Amino acid sequence: MNTDFEPVIGLEVHVQLNTKTKIFCGCSTKFGLLPNTSICPVCLGYPGVLPVMNEEVVRSAVKVCLMMDFMINTYSRMDRKNYFYPDLPKGYQISQFDNPIGVKGKLSIDTDEGKKEIGITRIHIEEDAGKLIHGDGVSYVDFNRTGVPLLEIVSEPDIRSSKEAYLYLKKLKQILEYTKISDCNMEEGSLRCDANVSIRPKGQAQFGTKTEIKNLNSFKFVQKALDYEIERQMNVLKEGGTISQETRLFDSGTGKTKTMRSKEEAHDYHYFPEPDLLPIMVSEGMIKEATFSLPEKPDDKCARFEKQYGLPAYDASVLTADPSTADYYEECAKFCSNYKMISNWMMGEWLRELNERSVSAVDSPVLAKDLAGLLNMIENGKISGKIAKEIFPEMVKTGKTAEQIVQEKGLTVISDTGAIETMIKEVLGKNEKSVQDYKNGKKGVLGFLIGQVMKASKGKADPKKVNELMEKILS
Amino acid sequence: MSDSKQIVNHVEKLALLEISPEEKDRFSEQIGKILKFVEKLNELDTTKIKPTSHILPVQNVTRRDSPVPSISRENVIKLAPEANNEFYIVPPVIQEFQEA
Amino acid sequence: MSLTSKTIQELHSLYRSKKTSVQDVVEASLKRIEETNYHLNSFSHICRESALAEAKKLDAAGMPENASMMWGIPVGVKDNMCIKGLPATCGSKILKNYISPYDGAMGVCLKKAGSVVMGSCHMDEFAMGSSCENNAFVKVKNPYDLERVPGGSSGGSAAAVASSQVIVSLGSDTGGSIRQPASFCGVVGLKPTYGLVSRFGLVAFASSLDQIGPFARCVEDAAFLLQSIAGHDKKDSTSYDYTPPDYSKDLKNDIKGIKIGLPKEYFTDGIPADILTCIDKAKKVFCDLGAELVEISLPHTQYAIATYYILATAEASANLARFDGVRYGYRNKEAATLKELYIRSRSEGFGPEVKRRIITGTFVLSSGYYDAYYLKGQKVRTLVKQDFDQAFRKADVILTPTSPCTAFQFGEKIDDPISMYLSDIFTVSVNLAGLPGISLPCGTDDKKLPVGLQLIGPSLGEARLLNAAYQFEKVCPPLGIELKV
Ligand SMILES: [Mg+2]
Ligand SMILES: [Zn+2]
Repeated sequence: MNTDFEPVIGLEVHVQLNTKTKIFCGCSTKFGLLPNTSICPVCLGYPGVLPVMNEEVVRSAVKVCLMMDFMINTYSRMDRKNYFYPDLPKGYQISQFDNPIGVKGKLSIDTDEGKKEIGITRIHIEEDAGKLIHGDGVSYVDFNRTGVPLLEIVSEPDIRSSKEAYLYLKKLKQILEYTKISDCNMEEGSLRCDANVSIRPKGQAQFGTKTEIKNLNSFKFVQKALDYEIERQMNVLKEGGTISQETRLFDSGTGKTKTMRSKEEAHDYHYFPEPDLLPIMVSEGMIKEATFSLPEKPDDKCARFEKQYGLPAYDASVLTADPSTADYYEECAKFCSNYKMISNWMMGEWLRELNERSVSAVDSPVLAKDLAGLLNMIENGKISGKIAKEIFPEMVKTGKTAEQIVQEKGLTVISDTGAIETMIKEVLGKNEKSVQDYKNGKKGVLGFLIGQVMKASKGKADPKKVNELMEKILS
Repeated sequence: MSDSKQIVNHVEKLALLEISPEEKDRFSEQIGKILKFVEKLNELDTTKIKPTSHILPVQNVTRRDSPVPSISRENVIKLAPEANNEFYIVPPVIQEFQEA
Repeated sequence: MSLTSKTIQELHSLYRSKKTSVQDVVEASLKRIEETNYHLNSFSHICRESALAEAKKLDAAGMPENASMMWGIPVGVKDNMCIKGLPATCGSKILKNYISPYDGAMGVCLKKAGSVVMGSCHMDEFAMGSSCENNAFVKVKNPYDLERVPGGSSGGSAAAVASSQVIVSLGSDTGGSIRQPASFCGVVGLKPTYGLVSRFGLVAFASSLDQIGPFARCVEDAAFLLQSIAGHDKKDSTSYDYTPPDYSKDLKNDIKGIKIGLPKEYFTDGIPADILTCIDKAKKVFCDLGAELVEISLPHTQYAIATYYILATAEASANLARFDGVRYGYRNKEAATLKELYIRSRSEGFGPEVKRRIITGTFVLSSGYYDAYYLKGQKVRTLVKQDFDQAFRKADVILTPTSPCTAFQFGEKIDDPISMYLSDIFTVSVNLAGLPGISLPCGTDDKKLPVGLQLIGPSLGEARLLNAAYQFEKVCPPLGIELKV
């Protein structure tokens, strides 16, 4: 990173809401339907049709506003954004221009230098466009997605690196997932991002000329595209060139951005108030209702986890990364009081299994209660941690409880004093040198000897007891 | 009048219309007259007046988020000047013209 | 007297006493349309088959006990109304052969009432015009003088009722498009309060101004038709959540003591003497009926037309963007690129007046000009509305001429858009303020052409308006002129 220049980044995120129906008509928003089967005269913009606002869209927007400290505009209004494109049936997009639902929001990210607040200029409601499929000399249009409700969230140019952009997006996604208003699925396009980037000499207040990068459909691509674009702009400036204001497209194949459309071709959207839709006046009552249904904010939850369960900050942040993981943890904690052990297991074995199957916590193959059961068996000395690690994949595979598996396989811990003593004596007999070393003050060999006993018991011996008896015998 | 000709040339592009060269002079002249006529409004001081974008004293008109059966694909796609059984068809969309 | 010249009340009694069948009336209507349409061009599409089938169905089912007054009544609809299976061409090449795949609210209401839709009536392209000369296919003629225009944009609907092709018809009014043709054709035409009648299924010209309303040969018929289409519709966000009163119930009440406002700004030098004479007579009639005439002021009248043209063209420019040749309508088949497809389909599909308004409308919205034109227009709209609020503190109903002229000859104004626009001078303010207005015949000019009287009411004041109109009609002598068809 060149120290003379700093990048200035702003992000525009489009979030698809998970309402049952489209924003202005009763068509389903289900993903993956056959082309042009979730359409009606209204979303296809047939002559004579009129839009009617889906109440759930306003409700969701208000919730998001409250989660990110937006100032909610009491008078908000839909506008027409006019441009021609085959995926836009009416020749205009119904969006919000000068009276968006919320302004001046913010969220904070955890950078290496500590917490940093990123301002959010505005959040507005709009409709999605359809999908174009490019074929042999023609393009095909599928209008299923036309009219799916979106929230557009536009950040302030407060972001200074691709890493910060990544953290911002992660945080944004986390909040949206908590609010449960979107599936936040990037592959299905329910979360989409455009980035504005410019470079300026450090210390200069004025912004440089920016470019806009489109088509960023994963967080990784956002980071990659920004890294490339920052580097590119810096090289241009170093060579004495100037940046031209343009829209660029990220090619995930090459990792490069390329010119898509220059400013000269940019459109004049001639926005004006949508006469077919009446203003949205967000009342105290609507805010109260939304507040009531709001989840605990992720930062609050994280702080609570640290305090309530005595977890390290790191653990708390991992466990509260998404609401279903946090719920899973709390469900476990109802049944098992070794909170740190739950945390260790969830961040270890459990998360690994989930990632392998690429499922989220709600679809965890092991119920929270059952994971707690497994951990309680360790806690009560019925099985060793090592055995537990063997049992867990079995639970995943079969859906059986730890108790069942232990019983079927006879994996219960050996805690019988006599049996353990016999094993210890056998081990000591085979390792006379180590015993001698121990007696000469090399206490470190104790671990080795205990390990040998555990090995001999195939992990079934109760490690606490082995430890106790070993020390007694050796003394 | 050259002013209004410029306007017509510019707006034509925004509105995706084309006025034939023969028509253009007459058209520009008419539009020029219309705009001049409309400038009458400048006689009024409206700095303290609120704009009316909706004449109806009503707000927050919404509908329930419950699905309504869609119209069948055959019934609408048959109205399209060019389509196959599944898709509407347009000439190839080139990148320069893309919007989002 | 032919069946199609009867009033709704008369037909209702004939149906009730089983002296006439719906099939008789529908056949009479079809016969009249088919005999005269060649001269008038009022109908763009005649639904012979479906109308006869509907009549047969109604007759077979019999007249219900609580039948709507509109039961079995042949109705014409303007060509910009979407009724499933019926063409809606909007007088435009771009929608030639377009058939609506869904039922608009007016279609649902007419079916529910048991009315019979006879076909769609010609109009100015996309309702832009005051003469029906801006129609891509034909020229609609005025039934009182075939050399003259029927007015516009709902000229076909007006001519169809005037010539007794149908009993009543529906038009749409954005700046006077019901009232002005009603006055040119000597019939009653009512533009309801914005939001009283659902716009769902009406092809939009200027969404914040458009309203659907009835044409009829008498006030009572207009009240019956209005009754069947008025009321809340969930599919139109700008529809009033309001239950309309029984509009025909209070028609016969006297109007003693009502205050009739005369806006001084409307009675200027611009009105020809023969029209003014008719209006003066009308004033006297109201006095005789016990009404009190009061002078009122609508000071922003002179700005209304300019305001109207800014707002209406702006909205139209967006409303007409959907006609791009992709999903329906005219498409240039040779276009190789997308841009070419759009430009050629639109340029070939739209007529000159429509293009002129799209260009004007796009311009007033474009960046750098928005505040000076569009925003300014919205602010003046506020002033126009305030004028009326003030006026209705002094008056119950406002009386004006409907138009500063009577039916003019073809070609007389077509090349001068401003002069054409100015003929809407008395009607546009009503749309800007969202108020109800009715035009009814009040005599003839020197050329023996009908003159229209306009009454304007406060918001949702249709019942009062109809009452005053009815009382006037009762004592006003017939026009005494003959149809040319
Ligand atoms: Mg957007
Ligand atoms: Zn739909």
